[in-house]
Amino acid sequence: MTEHTPTPVDIFDNFDHPVINPNAPIVPQRAQIEIRNLSKVYTIPGGEVQALDKINLSIQKGDIYGIIGMSGAGKSTLIRCLNRLDTPTEGQVFIDGKNILAMSPQELRQTRRRMGMIFQQFNLLMQKTVARNVRYPLEIAGIPAREANRRVKELLEIVGLEEKASAYPSQLSGGQKQRVAIARALASNPDMLLCDEATSALDPMTTQSILELLQEINRTMGITVVLITHEMAVIRQICNKVAILDFGKLVEEGTVDSVFLHTKSAAGRRLFGILPQEDITPPQPALRIVFDGEAAAQPIISRLVKECGADVNILSADMRQLSQKVYGQMLIQRPEDIQEQKRIVDYLAKEGLTVEEVHLP
Amino acid sequence: MTLWSGLFSYLLGLPLGVLLTITKRDNILAAPTFNAVLGAIINFLRSIPFIILLAMLFPVTRAVMGSAIGTRSIIFPLVMSAFPYVARMVEGSLEEVDRGILEAAQSMGSTNNQIIFKVLLPEAVPSLVNGAAIVMTTILAYTAMASAAGGGGLGALAITKGYQSRKFEVLYSASIVLVLLVQLISVSGTRLTRRLDHRKK
Repeated sequence: MTEHTPTPVDIFDNFDHPVINPNAPIVPQRAQIEIRNLSKVYTIPGGEVQALDKINLSIQKGDIYGIIGMSGAGKSTLIRCLNRLDTPTEGQVFIDGKNILAMSPQELRQTRRRMGMIFQQFNLLMQKTVARNVRYPLEIAGIPAREANRRVKELLEIVGLEEKASAYPSQLSGGQKQRVAIARALASNPDMLLCDEATSALDPMTTQSILELLQEINRTMGITVVLITHEMAVIRQICNKVAILDFGKLVEEGTVDSVFLHTKSAAGRRLFGILPQEDITPPQPALRIVFDGEAAAQPIISRLVKECGADVNILSADMRQLSQKVYGQMLIQRPEDIQEQKRIVDYLAKEGLTVEEVHLP
Repeated sequence: MTLWSGLFSYLLGLPLGVLLTITKRDNILAAPTFNAVLGAIINFLRSIPFIILLAMLFPVTRAVMGSAIGTRSIIFPLVMSAFPYVARMVEGSLEEVDRGILEAAQSMGSTNNQIIFKVLLPEAVPSLVNGAAIVMTTILAYTAMASAAGGGGLGALAITKGYQSRKFEVLYSASIVLVLLVQLISVSGTRLTRRLDHRKK
């Protein structure tokens, strides 16, 4: 299977206006997935639960879009509305411009075949081998056995499980099961992959490898990935855009970088807590060094010591790395010698870091 | 007698069991009213003790099978009594299948038929086989009862030739054979279930 990853030139081919500057910012194209005013209300004994409240968002082709929120925030309901496993009570969901809520059962089935989905509990057929599990979508699409088997082999190679073709799911580890699920989801050549807490049942290392696989799939096959999670680490590792849900409401949305750096909502801060609150008071006069992604990830402190001959006493440091950029804050003890302090501040400023003095209250 | 009754009970009961399951509220062919009505009918049929059903069905049996008594004819009332039981057993087995698996099948664009025949039933096979073993032993017990009302078979042998003729050796030996048959069905059922079930490592 060779999927052509669209280049900027291809995208431009869809528009009527002439291409003046190939380096111009990409003109927004129609979103692959568009959610308008989506609401879902459950009736339970005792009243109603507003699982989703007027959600509006768009996902572009090729995005790795993360939806994060605490348990019960409505993320699972949202992603299940995308392929109509759940039906919203209000609002519309457009997949490639077509409203899935207005589709006939036949159209819906065809649309679903273009969307793969993987689940937290894997949902493999336990009475069938790995190979037959992966073959299922091909069977229901009427693909003849020989071609189907060939494709199954290809898919198992993509996820690295060729030798497990005759094994049964109960003989596999969690990570292997999820890989089979991914192979199965890719079988129908989908344009997008929906991941419903796909790594929440896996240990951190396995989570890492599954996320890397998803990233690889997105990069080499151009498949859009929509994933929901309650773990910030997952968003940090592979997503380029993120939406934060809190009690059914969309409280924040944007690129991962901007949402991390300038978290506006309370829910966001609760989830990320990346930049410590300004009111952390150090035990002695200090200098606060702010890393806002502009400086490269270099050994700043050791170079500071070598270049300025200063003794650097680190009081606290809270650093994160996002897409090869470093974000965070560090507090170092402010030297008593004014000259030394000036040297440190100048050097750091030269390196592109913001430095400020922190006084004791 | 038992085997044929079993076969026909399943022919009737299995589809009913499937219907009972898939028309439940959040299942693939949700139709709660239909489900409730069907369930009520099944419950009603199940609540009629076999002996009474047997007697009630005499005229029907005669019409359908040509005679009200005899080994062949007894199959009709046996099936009539057993199929609601089968329906409930099948429903129970199908309920055991993880809903998540059905949803995954839906998310891949399966039709309802594909879900029933390629996912729901195959995933429930070990449980269905187990259920079948239980059903067969029940039908076997029914045949013994039916024998008292004129059916043939081991039960008839035990009761007419043995008990009623005061030949107790016949009674006991026929009974022992019956017990052995039940054990055989039970054990082979369990063994078959274990072999078919790939859920264990």
